[in-house]
Amino acid sequence: MMRNLIPVLTVLIGIVAIWYLAVAPMNIRVSLDQAERAGLQVTPERAVERRDVSSWVLLANNFEHAGAGYSLDRPRLPTPQQVGQELWKTTGAMVMKGRTWSKRSLIYHGWITLRSTFWGFLLGTSIGIALSIAIVYSRVAEMSLMPWAIISQAVPIVALAPMIIVLSSQIGVDGRGFPKALISAYLCFFPVLVGMVKGLRSPQAEQLDLLKTYNATGFETFLKLRLPASVPFLFTSLKVGIAAALVGAIVGELPTGAISGLGARILIGDQFGNPLAIWSALFAAAILAGVLVTLLDRTQAVLLRQMGMRS
Amino acid sequence: MTTPVISAKNLSLTFETNDGPVHALKDVNLDINKGDFVSFIGPSGCGKTTFLRCIADLEAPTGGSITVNGVSPTEARETRAYGYVFQHAGLYPWRTIGRNIRLPLEIMGNDKAEQDKRVAEVLELVDLVGFDKKFPWQLSGGMQQRASIARALAFSADILLMDEPFGALDEIVRDHLNEQLLQLWAKTEKTIGFVTHSIPEAVYLSTKIVVMSPRPGRISDVIDSPLPAERPLEIRDTPEFLEIAQRVRDGLRAGHSYD
Repeated sequence: MMRNLIPVLTVLIGIVAIWYLAVAPMNIRVSLDQAERAGLQVTPERAVERRDVSSWVLLANNFEHAGAGYSLDRPRLPTPQQVGQELWKTTGAMVMKGRTWSKRSLIYHGWITLRSTFWGFLLGTSIGIALSIAIVYSRVAEMSLMPWAIISQAVPIVALAPMIIVLSSQIGVDGRGFPKALISAYLCFFPVLVGMVKGLRSPQAEQLDLLKTYNATGFETFLKLRLPASVPFLFTSLKVGIAAALVGAIVGELPTGAISGLGARILIGDQFGNPLAIWSALFAAAILAGVLVTLLDRTQAVLLRQMGMRS
Repeated sequence: MTTPVISAKNLSLTFETNDGPVHALKDVNLDINKGDFVSFIGPSGCGKTTFLRCIADLEAPTGGSITVNGVSPTEARETRAYGYVFQHAGLYPWRTIGRNIRLPLEIMGNDKAEQDKRVAEVLELVDLVGFDKKFPWQLSGGMQQRASIARALAFSADILLMDEPFGALDEIVRDHLNEQLLQLWAKTEKTIGFVTHSIPEAVYLSTKIVVMSPRPGRISDVIDSPLPAERPLEIRDTPEFLEIAQRVRDGLRAGHSYD
């Protein structure tokens, strides 16, 4: 346990250290603008002149003002501590004030995103599994479906997302729930499809021959051999798929003037020049993804153990 | 005269490959009678596995004819006339030993009580009583292969086809399984087709040894063993045994050009 803990902690400390070190040069311009307004001595003196000087030179010449970059209201790059405080303010503190579902609470926004993620994941997984079955059992289906599945992933989702929202409103679907789930499913079906094709094809020739000697039907072969053999592959894909579904849900909230959801928080933070809101929403999304993947990972471990397989 | 259980006449099988046709089997004639223990021995590419797979309807011959229980291999397979043991035990890792053995019974639609009874019977037959709740990875390679034999015995097919079942096992385990297989054969009176690379194994087990040679795959000698049905392991040191082994070796050499 201790032996694992040390490298894990080392990496974590390294990331935080680099982050803290980066705050000074990233925020130096904002710090100097603030110092200038406060009437303090800065070089060069005027903002227009500073524009042409690199951050590193500014940092070197005004080192006494670098410290101010760690406590700005609207930093270019907030410190980990600031992000942590903002996260707490918009989650735990809201809960303690009984305002869990307030529009300012990240729990509320996270829930909106999670709901879309869930529907998208369900839809995407179902589509992925259905297509994989078709592809494994039919050469024609493989030739006609697989290229489109691959091309679909080459299209940037940010370009496609607004169109999906516009088109779904054209066919009379109100609200963002459905198009968001669709965008989410669009990203999530592919890893499930690829993993399941591999999983359903994983039984060896001897195992398939064995069932032939029993004169088993195709459906029995599917149920008793291909499906159980694909379970480890399925879960590996589901873990990738749920993270993709979350990204899809957030992207679905970005370009659409949505007002709720983590994606909307990121967009609003950007529009109102509030980096703390962006960073805390990003971290909320990352934490959410981590929780979802861990949940699937635990489910996989329990299920595979019950199936007698060592993972 | 009794009709043979398996009868091949001028059986041929040619695979078309990019490098031209490969004659896996050419004009193979062989009768196997009820209760025979027939070994197929020969170097790689001699068609011994292909012949077994033709019996099992896992390959389709391109010439000649073959009957199993008097009907075509397809019909025989559809009536579940044989059990097949593959080179690798091929147990399903997500099923316990008991449920692996139950697999053919589930597919063949036996009821639960009948399944339980059959599983208990064959576990006893292969000396694996008490292991039915274990998963395959908890068993040694030899035990896994015994479980796969039990799986092939679970439904009452009269024919047992075995494709190098002990090929991947070490000598000591192999000797032990060979001995057990003979006892099992005596008990069940099945007709057994057995593919092997090992001369002592073929001579020790068989009532009939079919020596095959490659390019094209064909039978070069058929030896009816004069050894008694009762065969302790020590029989392998008797002059009779060595004499048959020598004849098999000669047959292998004759069919194989080393130039």
